Amino acid sequence: MPEIETHDTKNLIIKERSTEPDSRREFLQHLLAGTATATVLMVFGPGVNARSKYTNPADGPEHQYAYVIDINKCIGCGNCVRACKRENSVPEDYFRTWVERYVVNADGVYVDSPKGALEGFEKLNKRFRENIKISRTVPKMCNHCHNPPCIQVCPVGATFKAPEGFVLVDEDYCMGCGYCVQACPYAARFINPVEHKSDKCTWCYHRVQKGLLPACVTVCPQKARLFGDLNDAESEVSKIFEADQWMVLKPEMHTDPTCFYIGMPREVV
Amino acid sequence: MEQLGLPGDTLVNYIFPNNAHVTWSIMIVIYPYITGLVAGAFVLSSMYHVFGVKEFKPIANFALVAAFSFGMFAAVPLLFHLGQPQRFYQIYMTPHTTSAMSIFGYVYSSYLVLLMIEIWVIYRKVFIEKANEATGRMRNFWWVLCLGITTYNPESAKFDKQFAKFLAGIGIPWACLLHGYVGFVFGSVKAVAWWATPLQPFIFLSSAIVSGVAMMFMMYSFIMWRRGRGYDYVMVKKFIITLWMAFILDYALEVLEITFVSYEQGAHWAVIKPLLLGPLYESYVLGQMGFLSLGPILVLGIASLLDIKDKALLYLGNLGSLMLVLQVLVMRFNVVVGGQLISKSERGFVDYEFEFFAKEGLLTATTIFIMPFVTYYIISRFIPIFEGKSIDTEPKRLH
Ligand code: SF4
Ligand code: SF4
Repeated sequence: MPEIETHDTKNLIIKERSTEPDSRREFLQHLLAGTATATVLMVFGPGVNARSKYTNPADGPEHQYAYVIDINKCIGCGNCVRACKRENSVPEDYFRTWVERYVVNADGVYVDSPKGALEGFEKLNKRFRENIKISRTVPKMCNHCHNPPCIQVCPVGATFKAPEGFVLVDEDYCMGCGYCVQACPYAARFINPVEHKSDKCTWCYHRVQKGLLPACVTVCPQKARLFGDLNDAESEVSKIFEADQWMVLKPEMHTDPTCFYIGMPREVV
Repeated sequence: MEQLGLPGDTLVNYIFPNNAHVTWSIMIVIYPYITGLVAGAFVLSSMYHVFGVKEFKPIANFALVAAFSFGMFAAVPLLFHLGQPQRFYQIYMTPHTTSAMSIFGYVYSSYLVLLMIEIWVIYRKVFIEKANEATGRMRNFWWVLCLGITTYNPESAKFDKQFAKFLAGIGIPWACLLHGYVGFVFGSVKAVAWWATPLQPFIFLSSAIVSGVAMMFMMYSFIMWRRGRGYDYVMVKKFIITLWMAFILDYALEVLEITFVSYEQGAHWAVIKPLLLGPLYESYVLGQMGFLSLGPILVLGIASLLDIKDKALLYLGNLGSLMLVLQVLVMRFNVVVGGQLISKSERGFVDYEFEFFAKEGLLTATTIFIMPFVTYYIISRFIPIFEGKSIDTEPKRLH
């Protein structure tokens, strides 16, 4: 497989295996050791080392993709929302990705996402501009969960987890019942009003298979969105994952998202 | 900021962009409603067929035929709801067994087949008589219905009787499964705070029985009134007492559920409380739990406990039944649509507006809902439902 060039070498997503056999083997050994430790820890209590969920067995697929959103970097420009709409022909009023604005002041939490931030955000109403403690913009999308309830509930198996981590919908099979839409705790899915089938972010599967990055990642001027391979120890997502400072959305749902957030205020749902 | 009717510390109503549309609407409200009527009517018919409650003999076959008529249309709302209805058969071909919905197709169809066979067994005697009496085309029709067997002897009667009882016997757990299952489909969705409770299957089942019995009461009264041959008041009284008790059980479960969630003060209550005090205040607090529940408990209680007779009994029974069929319909709405009104943002509520002419609008729903009555009417033109000409399946009472 050829080396793939992307505009961001740190985010390089597909590399020829033979280029770094040692580091890769080492990384896998680490992963294995981690998994073993986790297994021991789990005997003493569930959830002690949740990170082991995300690691692949040595004979697993070549890539194990993950997505990182750095909230500290996002400026809420909406480039990603526009790029996604264009790339995937997302119908009006529905979103495969959107950006929310969280403003926390002394009175409480203000959240909005006008048209999913397709056109960015307007200046905040004066009423909410007093005594601001936190102000952040938070991109959202399908979390390509490890334990996805959307897949569990599909009555015909039209939605599935592809080996490299993508949660996808087989549009030749989906009957548009909407059960998966109900089951997703993140409102990442919708019934496409044109196709009448379930629709959601695919991490731009079609692009990734060609060695490209998801459209939203390529257009983010702040590099707030990263996509990469957890099997590649040198990838930025691997390093972030290893640093273990990330969070996921709604951890109480136990969906084990593979979208890791950095700098997420606790008000974010 | 609870004064604003929003959850927790939320300053403005915020719903996730993809939550603006209520994905499951009226079709998914009437789907469990009709399924419930099937289960309720069947349980009523089994009172006589299986448990030998003599008073219910006059309506045992009627309730069975009604259950079948409703059963024919229970899955139709689902077809209208599906984005790709032509693919519905996939649920039979490739059921994805981790899904609570995946074996619904099998449970539902097998139950419908069971109902069909039971009706056939009970009415086989009638079919044979008709096949022997009729001439011309009608004879062929009846001949096909009795599968070409035109003799009927005491052995056949004995066998049919036992077989019908057997079918009614397995039909009861099957009916409970069918409807408890529908409750499970909702109760197991952890992402929807208002659905996720293990009590959901029991609530769906008990309300199904209530709605079925209440609907049978109203249909019985109407049919008897049209025929002008008087009412069986002993049965009417028993009917009312059964309905009253079934509803008390159902209401107790509904109250238990809400009391539990509110007492627990858990994560769900943070969004459920403003939901119930806001968008669902009229339909849930005032309607489902208030007027439409306390009313029937009172009215049917009076009819059950006091020495009320004849027409007054009938009027009270119908008033109570009417309120109960509405209570259960409103309950289905409050669960199905109500649950989706809580945005998964946990910071706001979705606006829901009824549509009338849309594919999943009220007009379609009303039309689908009328069809079982039309079906019942057509069936009743062909077979005697109240005359007692069919086989008598009364089981021997144990003394
Ligand atoms: S975010 Fe929702 S749609 Fe995406 S995998 Fe998780 S549960 Fe499924
Ligand atoms: S809408 Fe499609 S993908 Fe979703 S549960 Fe139904 S059949 Fe499966």
